[in-house]
Amino acid sequence: MHELGITENIVGIVGEAAKGRRVTRVTLEVGKLSGVMSDAIAFCFDVVAKGTALEGASLEILEIDGRACCEACGLEFETESLFDPCRCGSYRLRRIRGEELIVKSIEMAEAA
Amino acid sequence: MCGHCGCGDETAATVLNLQTGKETAIKRNEREHDHPNAHGHFHDHSHDHDHGHQHVHTEGSPRRRSHAHDPGAAAPAGEILTLEARILAKNDAVAEKNRAWFKGREILALNLMSAPGAGKTTLLERTIRDLKDELRLYVVEGDQATANDGERIRAAGAPAVQVNTGSGCHLDADMVARGLRELKPAPGSTVMIENVGNLVCPALFDLGERAKVVILSVTEGDDKPLKYPHMFKAAAMMVMSKMDLLPYVDFDAERALANALQVNPSIASLRLSARTGEGLGAWYGWLRQELAEVRALAFS
Repeated sequence: MHELGITENIVGIVGEAAKGRRVTRVTLEVGKLSGVMSDAIAFCFDVVAKGTALEGASLEILEIDGRACCEACGLEFETESLFDPCRCGSYRLRRIRGEELIVKSIEMAEAA
Repeated sequence: MCGHCGCGDETAATVLNLQTGKETAIKRNEREHDHPNAHGHFHDHSHDHDHGHQHVHTEGSPRRRSHAHDPGAAAPAGEILTLEARILAKNDAVAEKNRAWFKGREILALNLMSAPGAGKTTLLERTIRDLKDELRLYVVEGDQATANDGERIRAAGAPAVQVNTGSGCHLDADMVARGLRELKPAPGSTVMIENVGNLVCPALFDLGERAKVVILSVTEGDDKPLKYPHMFKAAAMMVMSKMDLLPYVDFDAERALANALQVNPSIASLRLSARTGEGLGAWYGWLRQELAEVRALAFS
């Protein structure tokens, strides 16, 4: 349940960027291979945001599909797991997408 | 709030210096203040935008919800700020500081991780006793609570600090930095960071170590690498422990290794028993080799 610590990081990053303004929406990108559960972040978010500039903000999580590139044959393909091989049988894969853990944007109630 | 590991209560993390008995609390706001320069990472990430998205929407508290989504609401002056900020940037920045600190002192730092009870502390105790004339070993002990493991390490003969993570289910780079401040490992030494027993959360947090070592005991299932792929993907070395118990369990070491290689084709592996001493020579050989490489790289 590292999602609590992750959520604290999110609230910290957003709080700094907002510079005292009230935040109404937070948009995250969470890769499906990142090892972090979107639902668990959503679960923690309201609790962690309480008493901060983010209190009451809505949370939007964009889940990013996994994509890998095979280092043996060069094939690029969608993947949902960390251990499925390439069609050619190789397990030497480079993940090119799906490991994102990013605060993409925030929306604030009033302009700076 | 978390039925999994107890995350969420407000228990503070602490660092206990087992040499002096001094205990320091790690307060959250203090931790944020400690690395003021680690923040400005808002634009350091780029990626393409042609990927498939799935949207998970959750609402804020009910009190706010109607306001935030009422199309007729006033306040159209909302400003959207693009951050593209890596969520773990702060931890990773502190981890890089730790890594540079280790490198400058030619210290080998290893992050030992496993499920609870796989034998991390027992392996460390045995290693400390067997190599006391050869390696200068220091230990950062991570547990949610108690100084039991730190005391065991001290009794085995190595300086140790106990980091109690309180509600936290893993060590982070800042906890290790604070532990090192108390531990003060000597140049050229080896620092073993024994993470909280957990095969999930510690995998995501870089501590500044040279390598992650995952310990898998034969009393666990040989399918653990597939069940907890992030951990085995992050590790450079898999130690299969309690090999003396192999005749009594259904664990298939070959299958465990094949599963680990499926997740991480580069992972090295060893089999040992800290109780009988079987296989420890190879473990010590690996430590010596890692230490030699740290020394060779110190001025690179």
